[in-house]
Amino acid sequence: MSLLLDTFTILAVLAGLFFFAAGTAGLLRFPDTSSRLHALTKADNLGLGLIVLGLLPQMGGVLPALKLLVIWGLALLAGATVGPLIARLARQEDAPP
Amino acid sequence: MTGLLADLLIGAAILALAAGTVTARSAFTATAFFIAYGLLLALAWVRLGAVDIALTEAAISAGLSGLLLLGAASRLAACPVAEERAPGPVLKALIGLCCAAVSAAVGYAILSLPEPAPSLAEEAMAHLSVTALGNPVAGVLMSYRALDTLLEAAVVVLAVIGVWSLAPAGGWGGVPGPIHPRIEQGPLALLARLLPPIGIVVAFHILWVGSYAPGGKFQAAAILAAMWLLAWLAGLATPPRISSRRLRLAISAGTGLFLAIGMFGVLAEGAFLAYPPALTKALMLAVEFALAGSIAVALALLVMGPPEPEDRA
Repeated sequence: MSLLLDTFTILAVLAGLFFFAAGTAGLLRFPDTSSRLHALTKADNLGLGLIVLGLLPQMGGVLPALKLLVIWGLALLAGATVGPLIARLARQEDAPP
Repeated sequence: MTGLLADLLIGAAILALAAGTVTARSAFTATAFFIAYGLLLALAWVRLGAVDIALTEAAISAGLSGLLLLGAASRLAACPVAEERAPGPVLKALIGLCCAAVSAAVGYAILSLPEPAPSLAEEAMAHLSVTALGNPVAGVLMSYRALDTLLEAAVVVLAVIGVWSLAPAGGWGGVPGPIHPRIEQGPLALLARLLPPIGIVVAFHILWVGSYAPGGKFQAAAILAAMWLLAWLAGLATPPRISSRRLRLAISAGTGLFLAIGMFGVLAEGAFLAYPPALTKALMLAVEFALAGSIAVALALLVMGPPEPEDRA
């Protein structure tokens, strides 16, 4: 059972890392602010989500696991609000006066 | 092995970010590097087992100082005096030399520490039971070195007075900082309504666990200040005028109570800041809570800045 859970953890965390790597590549390679933000929020939402999912069985309790989920929820909230804010600012700056 | 690899990666990233901060061309870029540097430094503190310092580093150094620097950068962008009068090559070389000398001196001091490094950790742990606290860091801050903590709290009050004294003509006594219009929709309005309840709970949690686990008043105050600033940015909360007696009382209450308890120690136990054994925990908790509130208000006011002239607002 624990081998199964460990395998699940490794697979989920690796998948999360893949999204972080892809998001970082997008941040570095994409041409404009909007597409860079798109890449970044994918990394935050999915990458962090998968890592949290993978770590859940390792937390040894319901309360620590809940804490991890809350952290993911707060990161989601931050990403969902800060992303559009930066995008609006970038659009204002790009727009011809 | 993997731990060493992670430490090396974190260390290299910290050095790279420090170099980025120093060499960045614009103040805004340098500040962005500085914030990332502070967050990674917090990770390094966690790796060293100093979670209390990590929390402070993330909340005060990266978060609050980063915010202050961002504000300074955006204010400087409006009046680019510093960039017009760039320092000449001689001055630049002098600045570089001085910085290199300081770095070399700090490096030498660290490398010449005796092995094993001198430590009071064992003595601090041995007498921890006297302080009625379970967290040795809290014990040092609130009991062994309470005077340092008192002075730190007083410095924050003085900093607010310093910022207020920069108020331009016609601004004294007014509402601190620029006035933000009320935002009814959009991402900022959502965040400013959703996050503060969560943030306040987290701040009280960190304040409360500070007596037996990593946490404490400064970290809690930084979170509380951030929540107030969020509501302020969205135009949901207007700070009181700086002439308000209640605001001034709120800023100085923590330090005032700490001083009063210190003087009470002189009367009851014969030494400044000595706590009567029966009341130790209660007095410390009272000081922690009062200081957290006062520091939160003061930190937020530091970010808001001096009041602006009424006619411009």
